[in-house]
Amino acid sequence: MGASQTRPEHRHQDLADRTGFSLEQIKNLHKRFQQLSGDEDTISKENLESIPTLANNPIRKQIIGAFFDKSAFAECLLAAGGAPHFPYRHQRGFILFGLRNQHRGEAGSCDQIGFEQFLMVMSHFRPPTLKMTAEEKEAMRREKLRFLFNMHDTDNDGTITLVEYRKVVEELLSKSGSIGQEAAEAIADAAMLEVASTNVPTMGPDDFYEGITFEHFEQILKGLEMESRMHIRFLDVDTTTMRCGKSTS
Amino acid sequence: MQRCGRVPLWLLGSVLLIRFTSGISAVDRDVQQTRPDSRPEPPSESTPNQSHADHGHGSSAVGGIPVVTFKWHHVETPYQVALWILVAGLAKLVIEANHHVTNVIPESALLICFGFILGGIIWGADKVQTFKLNPTVFFFYLLPQIILDTGYSMPNKLFFGNMGAILVYAVIGTCWNAASLGLSLWGCHQGGAMGDLDIGLLQYLLFGSLIAAVDPVAVIAVFEQVHVNEVLFILVFGESLLNDGVTVVLFNVFDAFVSLGGARINAVEIIKGIISFFVVAFGGSLLGLVFGLLISLLTKVTQKVKIIEPAFVFVLGYLSYLTAEMLSLSSILSITFCGVSCQKYINANMAESSVSTVRYVMKVFANGSETIIFVFLGISAIDTEIWVWNTGFILLTLFFIFVYRIIGVFFLTWILNRYRLVPVEFIDQVIMSYGGLRGAVAYGLATLLNESKIKEKNLMICTTLLVVYFTVILQGITMKPLVNWLKVKKAAVSELTLIEKLQSKVFDHMLVAIEDISGQIGHNYMRDKWNQFEERWMTRILMKKSVRKSRDCVFKVFHQLNLKDAMSYVAEGERRGSLEFVRNESAFIDFKKKFVDDCSGAMPDITACMSDDYSAMSSMSRIDQVPSVSLEMHEQNMKGVRETEDINTHHLLQQHLYKGRKQHRHRYSRSHFNVNKDENEVQEIFQRTMRNRLESFKSAKMGVSPPKKISKHTKKDQQQKVPNGKSTENGKRYFSGDEDFQFPEGDASGFAASDGSHPFPMTYRAGAGIENPAYIPDLDPMAAEIPPWLAEYDAGPVAPSQRAQLRLPWTPSDLGRLAPLRISTRSNDSFAQADAPAAQQKDDEPPTPSKRDGRNM
Repeated sequence: MGASQTRPEHRHQDLADRTGFSLEQIKNLHKRFQQLSGDEDTISKENLESIPTLANNPIRKQIIGAFFDKSAFAECLLAAGGAPHFPYRHQRGFILFGLRNQHRGEAGSCDQIGFEQFLMVMSHFRPPTLKMTAEEKEAMRREKLRFLFNMHDTDNDGTITLVEYRKVVEELLSKSGSIGQEAAEAIADAAMLEVASTNVPTMGPDDFYEGITFEHFEQILKGLEMESRMHIRFLDVDTTTMRCGKSTS
Repeated sequence: MQRCGRVPLWLLGSVLLIRFTSGISAVDRDVQQTRPDSRPEPPSESTPNQSHADHGHGSSAVGGIPVVTFKWHHVETPYQVALWILVAGLAKLVIEANHHVTNVIPESALLICFGFILGGIIWGADKVQTFKLNPTVFFFYLLPQIILDTGYSMPNKLFFGNMGAILVYAVIGTCWNAASLGLSLWGCHQGGAMGDLDIGLLQYLLFGSLIAAVDPVAVIAVFEQVHVNEVLFILVFGESLLNDGVTVVLFNVFDAFVSLGGARINAVEIIKGIISFFVVAFGGSLLGLVFGLLISLLTKVTQKVKIIEPAFVFVLGYLSYLTAEMLSLSSILSITFCGVSCQKYINANMAESSVSTVRYVMKVFANGSETIIFVFLGISAIDTEIWVWNTGFILLTLFFIFVYRIIGVFFLTWILNRYRLVPVEFIDQVIMSYGGLRGAVAYGLATLLNESKIKEKNLMICTTLLVVYFTVILQGITMKPLVNWLKVKKAAVSELTLIEKLQSKVFDHMLVAIEDISGQIGHNYMRDKWNQFEERWMTRILMKKSVRKSRDCVFKVFHQLNLKDAMSYVAEGERRGSLEFVRNESAFIDFKKKFVDDCSGAMPDITACMSDDYSAMSSMSRIDQVPSVSLEMHEQNMKGVRETEDINTHHLLQQHLYKGRKQHRHRYSRSHFNVNKDENEVQEIFQRTMRNRLESFKSAKMGVSPPKKISKHTKKDQQQKVPNGKSTENGKRYFSGDEDFQFPEGDASGFAASDGSHPFPMTYRAGAGIENPAYIPDLDPMAAEIPPWLAEYDAGPVAPSQRAQLRLPWTPSDLGRLAPLRISTRSNDSFAQADAPAAQQKDDEPPTPSKRDGRNM
């Protein structure tokens, strides 16, 4: 524990290998993490919600919620379980629960996440590089979709129900002002029907479409162009200068 | 174009076109006939022209007041213009009619070739080329609308998202192309590769600058047909659009240098040239933005003059072009940015009809002038005057253009990829470099050259033309195979579904949030800030208050989907001969409410509700079109609130007013979507074909005993319940619905009699879907009618994704149910042959078994 604390580079190198971030980016993100958490080792929902620039994001609640989604981070149990020194328990935890996003059994969300989880979520939004293989790209896409899915799936039961979906759509449209709640509902319903009709074309009349499972979600968003758009530029330097390098080292 | 011409030629042109289509090759004779007419007329002299014409018209001008006079000269210019437009339009018509040709050879290339032919005819008649693409006409009357159209229909988000790359390609790439070509040609000249030419370094650079730009007209014409992915498209397209502006600016700078003369150019002049380059380019863009905002503001208050509303857009757009030209700013950039900046606001501000008017008129203008440009590019070639052959110059130019384009694209992409979030792939780079088509702008600039300063103007024009032909025709033709061969990522053809739109919006917000959380100030952050700014200020100032709400893109998609549904709804109504059911305003809302209720209750018993509701069921069971089930759902509700007699009348009419057999046949030749699947038509056809089929099947059916049938039947039933995935009760319930439907209509159709035996209809239905395709080869007389059924049945599970926006989640099963139901009528059929008297009763149960037996034996 203490040993790795004395060697942050080593620790960061480890994270860099896993997340694909460069050391500089990790340093920057770590700085940001500490800034947000107030030099704590874990970060809470309140910390994130207090970010001023996030204030006018209509769906910030869902987005922040997805950060704290337990199903996405099995290891957050460890984080919440009172590990006082952030990375060290996590490192182990991460090795144990290396299969992120696989632990569908554990529902619910945790209150706190550590830097590693924070970084993991961030890493989903790294831009692809030319070197990436098709499988890696596909995996990235899946991770993004998973995050998106978790965002909608507020109760973490593995399906997006109509109620959950409506909520997101309503909030999404709440910022655009004059679209009423009814319209938002109608839109959500229509979208839901779309999913239902695409995925379960042979559904019996008594069947009720309970909600969008992740598989359906993936299926329906097959056409969504993600590779070329859904990325974020992580800066190598901790300034707002526009000199940006490739994100992977 | 601006100088004289003569009527017979135009007639010849049109006649030729018509001959073209009808395949009559009397052209030669025609030429022979018309030539004597055209020869005696000296160009641009009105008197002989008129007298000749008067002779042609007979003896009306005897003296006194002429009843009719022929005043060709009076109308000459506009008449020629109109005729040229007509000819170009007809050319386009002919070319478009031959779709298999345009699949291989791009339209632009065909139009140029057509121009060759026309030019050949003109030259054959005149021995001199009287019509050329003249720079004034080109830059003032043909180009602006094309650029305005491209700016107006520019995908803004994509364009600005890739702005950096586009600017790099457009500015640096064009400069590189111009400089490298000019210098290389000069170097080759110095090396003696071109023999004796009077061209200096500056002239070479001037030539390089005029031919450097990729032409938007040619590029769009080719790339539109190829459907490459949108990033690649916007890169090529944006580059071609902006570098036109750049190349004109470069051309002007070098032109000024050339007039200045090599000796007097010093550092100051060069710096002035560079400064003027930026001033001209950015000044033009700014001016365009100003005009764009002006249009937006104007359309905010024009709702009182809806008819001329669209005209403002065109006039102000054109004015932005002319103003920029007047201020010697880049007019192309000006009109581009005018279109780009105003599109969002005018589309929101103007009435829907005005918006579509603008769109259509814009397309008409742009497409028309594009056609004319290409035709004239072809015509211009047939002119001995400009053909000055210099092998070295021409071939080297072609070679250098090709090579430097590739080098430029790859080098710039290499640099860009270091900074781009999503790198441009290698294959895309290949296509980009291959897509460097030159076009009319280069030719227009070449004709602008001043012959007193540039001795080899004709050589330059000739080379430019050759480059244009080479790139547009050869590269244009090979582009599509190349794209296919390299497996370039194509654009997704499917239209965006509502949920995709929603999700991409969610994703946008998510990216911003992630950036916020991670403390980055990136692309998304900037875009978000811009959006907020726009929301707060721009839309407030530039947009009508009433339209701000419907601007949201998700809502727009929703709105469009609703509109589409409504359209097909009306179409459906018209097809049925009654729009009555459309007029119920409350229906849509009713449906919504009902749906909401159903959904909030976790497991709504929709089937019970359906079979209770007679009208609902009836509408469900006589659905004619599978894909528009969503409409039926509306209708179902509407029916619910109407009086029973109304419904009955409607049904009765529907029942008896079906089309005759002849028309029915005809319908089959149309698209599958529109196939009328009226239950009764099917019945009718089946009855008529029954007798024929009876003969062929009779022997096979004779020995089969009913008990055997039934036992087999039930066995089959058990087997098929599983694969079909439908529970027995459902089938039953549906069937009971069918009965309800059939009875009140008092029709003698087959289903009514079957009510006594519930399980059987259910089972035949279950079997039919799977069984019937195997029988297709057997059902010869029915063969003509089968495909639509099958097509519909197949389409059932696939189609709903787009159209079923408003369908209840459980209706897909209804789809599955309906199609077999119809197929079952056919089974009915086959039974009938086996047992002719029974056919009168039209008992539903045995058809499947009897068929099966027939096969077994």
